[in-house]
Amino acid sequence: MKDIFISSSPHIHTPEDISWIMRQVIYALVPGALIGIYFFGIPALMVIAVAVTSCVVIEAISQKALGQKITIKDGSAALTGLLLAMNLPSGAPWWLVVLGSLIAIVLGKQVYGGLGNNPFNPALVARVFLLISFPVQMTTWPQPRSFFAPAADTVTGATPLGALKTAIFEHKSITAAPDINIMDPFLGNIGGSLGEISALALILGGVYLILRRIITWHIPVVYIATVAAFTGLLWLINPGIYADPAFHMIAGGLMLGAFFMATDMVTTPITNKGKVIFAIGCGLITVIIRIWGGYPEGVSFAILIMNAFVPLINRFTKPQKFGAV
Amino acid sequence: MRNVYRKVPDRCHRKDSLMKTFKGGIHPNDKKELVEDNPIAALPLSDHYYVLTQQHIGAPAKPIVKPGDEVKKAQAITEPLGFVSAASHSPTSGRVKEIIQRVHPVTGLLAPCIVIESDGKDEYMPGLPLERDPFSLQKDELIGIIKSSGIVGMGGATFPTHVKLSPPKDKKIDTFIVNGAECEPYLASDYRLMLEEPQRIIDGARIVMRILGVDKAIIGIEDNKPDAIKKMKEIAPPEVQVEVLKVKYPQGAEKQLINALTGRDVPSGGLPMDVGAVVQNTGTCAAIWDACANGIPLIERITSITGRGIKHPKNLRLRVGTPVKDVFEFCGGVVDAAKIIFGGPMMGIAQFTDEIPIMKGTSGILLLTEDDTNLSTYSACISCGRCVEACPMGLIPSDLSKQGEKGMWEKAVGTNLLDCVECGSCTFVCPANRPIVHFVKFLKSLQRAASAKAKGA
Repeated sequence: MKDIFISSSPHIHTPEDISWIMRQVIYALVPGALIGIYFFGIPALMVIAVAVTSCVVIEAISQKALGQKITIKDGSAALTGLLLAMNLPSGAPWWLVVLGSLIAIVLGKQVYGGLGNNPFNPALVARVFLLISFPVQMTTWPQPRSFFAPAADTVTGATPLGALKTAIFEHKSITAAPDINIMDPFLGNIGGSLGEISALALILGGVYLILRRIITWHIPVVYIATVAAFTGLLWLINPGIYADPAFHMIAGGLMLGAFFMATDMVTTPITNKGKVIFAIGCGLITVIIRIWGGYPEGVSFAILIMNAFVPLINRFTKPQKFGAV
Repeated sequence: MRNVYRKVPDRCHRKDSLMKTFKGGIHPNDKKELVEDNPIAALPLSDHYYVLTQQHIGAPAKPIVKPGDEVKKAQAITEPLGFVSAASHSPTSGRVKEIIQRVHPVTGLLAPCIVIESDGKDEYMPGLPLERDPFSLQKDELIGIIKSSGIVGMGGATFPTHVKLSPPKDKKIDTFIVNGAECEPYLASDYRLMLEEPQRIIDGARIVMRILGVDKAIIGIEDNKPDAIKKMKEIAPPEVQVEVLKVKYPQGAEKQLINALTGRDVPSGGLPMDVGAVVQNTGTCAAIWDACANGIPLIERITSITGRGIKHPKNLRLRVGTPVKDVFEFCGGVVDAAKIIFGGPMMGIAQFTDEIPIMKGTSGILLLTEDDTNLSTYSACISCGRCVEACPMGLIPSDLSKQGEKGMWEKAVGTNLLDCVECGSCTFVCPANRPIVHFVKFLKSLQRAASAKAKGA
C-alpha cells in the first residue's frame, strides 16, 4: 500500500482559503478601479500598477530579510496595494506610491508578524502616513474627465468634501460651496481618491462581497447608516451650515471605507455584535472629523481609531455558549 | 451558512427555513452518492476475527475465554468490569487462537485483542436465535438483556447503552429521540438500515420507550434522505413521530439534535437526561431489538466502506472483529487512498495501518484520495470569524487555536475548552487552514494530565 497520512479530524476542508478570499475582494474592487481609470486616465492605471507591484515585491523582500516564509501567493499584498492605490489621488507621483507601499507592508503589516497579526489596516496606515507627511501631493486632486476625451492639461481642483470645508471655513455657510449634482459622485464624475469616486461601483463590489459571504452586511450598513443618521440630525438642526446626509453618504470616501476598508477581517471584531459596535464608532468619528475636525474627510482616521478598539470590543462581545447556565 | 460551495442535493424537497435545525454548523458537500444506493451486502466468513476487549467508552472488559477454548457464535468472550463497561461476544463459531496486543483504531495504541479462529460452521450458541415477546418483559429484565448483549452507541461514540437507559431517579425522562440524522458526509450506513430494515429500528425504539416509560418517540432524519423519511413514515406507529431535519453538519450531534427537535438546550457540562431526553442511534435501536426479541448480542453492524480511495464502495453487514484487510479485498481493493479513516470525514480517526479490526462503533471506513482530503499547512489566524459563526457550541474556536499553539490550557479552560465537542466545523471553514480540533485535543490532554496530577498529589 502507498503511504497514508494521519492527522487530527476533520479530514475535509472548504476550498475557501485565504487566497480565495483575497481574490474575491480584488474582484469586488475592479468596478471601482475601472471607474477611476475611466475618469482619471493612464495616471490612475499607473498608480494602481505601481502600488500593486511594489507591495508584492516589498512583501517578498521583507519576508526574505526577516527569514520568514514568503507568502505573496496568498494575494494579501496585492490586495493591500490595490486598496492603497484606491485611496490615493490619481496624480500621485510614483515615489509617493512606492513609499506608501513600503509603509503599508513593512510598518503596517510585517513588523507585527505578517498577515493576521497587524492591528491596523495596512493600506490606511500608509494613506494617513502620506497624508500627514506629504499634504500637498496627497491633496492635489485631478478633476475627472472622460478617458476618451481629447488630451489636455490635467486640471486639478477640490473634492466635494474639501470644497465644503473651505466654504464653511471662509464663509461660515455651505451655500458658498459649488453645487454638485448628486448623480456625479454616484457615478464617479467628481474629484477624489482614484477609487472612491463612484458610489455605485463600490456598492456593486460590496454587494458581491456580501453575497459571496466574504463580509457580512453589519459593518457597511451600520457604518453608512450611522453617518446618515448623525449628519441627518445635524442637517435638520441647521441646513445652512450642515450638508445633507445624502451628500455625506456618497460624496467622500465613505463607500470605499465602509465596504472595503472597515471590513478587513484582520483588523475588525470577530462577532457580528462586535462589528455593529465597531461600525457605529467608525460612523460617529467620521462625522465628527468631517464636521468639526481640521480635515475635510475622516473615514481613514475613524477606521484606524476603531481598529485600536477591536481587542476591547472582542472582549465584551463574546458569543453566548450553548447551554450556558 | 457561509460555505458558498454548499450543494444542497437536488433530492432535498423542502425550503430550508421550514425545517428544524440548530444555530451554527456548516454545509459540506455530503458526497453520499458514492455509496448510498448500494444495498447492504454481507461479507464471506473470515478465517480469523480480532475482537478488541475495549469496544466502548468506559472501563475495559475482561476476557473470560482462554486460548484453545471452543466458542460458539454469540457466546460471551469478555465480561464488563464495572457499570460503565460492555461485554463482547464471539462473532462466529470456532476456537480462541490467542489473546494478543493489537493496534486499537480509536486510541492508536496497542490493546488486548481476542483472536478467534473460525471453524467455518458459523454455529450459534444452543437455543439461539430465540423468539420472545420483548413487550412481555419488565423494564429491568430488558436493561439486563441490553447490558449482557454488549450494546453500545453505534453512531460512533460507543457509550454503553444500558447506562444511558438507566437515568437516576431524579431525572424525569419525557422525550426519546432516535438519531437518524447521519450528518457526517460520505456515510450511508444508517440510511441503508432505515431503508432496508426499518422495522428493526421502530421495534427497538418501542422497547426503549417501554424502558424509559415514555409514550412518544421522535425519529430525526436529515432532508437529504427522502427515501428513508418516506419509508419510516410509512411504517411508524402513531407514537413514533418522524421529523425532517435540515441538512447541516453537525445535525446529528446529540445536543444539537435535541435542540433542533425540542428547543431544549442541554446545559454546559450536562447530559441529555438533564433536559429529559435520551438519544439513541438507529443502529443501536436495531441492535436492541435483536437482543431483546431474538437473544442475539451485538456482534455485527452496518458499515459504509466508501470514498474514492476504494474500488467498489459498499454498505456491508460486518461482524465485530472482521479484519479491515478482508473488507478492503471484498470491496475490490484500495485504489489510491491518502487517508484511511474510521468514521466520517468530520470526526473520524485517521489510521496508520490496515492491520485493524471492525469495532462496534465503526459506522464507516472512509478512504480519501489526496485530492479529497486536506494535507496543506496552516497560517496565522486572520480573525475572519468564520469559526465563530460555524461553532454549534457558541465558542470562539480561533482563541482556542491560538491558546493551543502556546499550550495555554488553563486560559483555554476559561475560553470554554471543555464545552468543545470536536465536531470540526471550525476547522472545516478556517481559511487559514488552522488545525483547531487538533489544538483543542492537545489542550484537553494537557488539562487531563494536570487534573490527574492534582488528584494524585
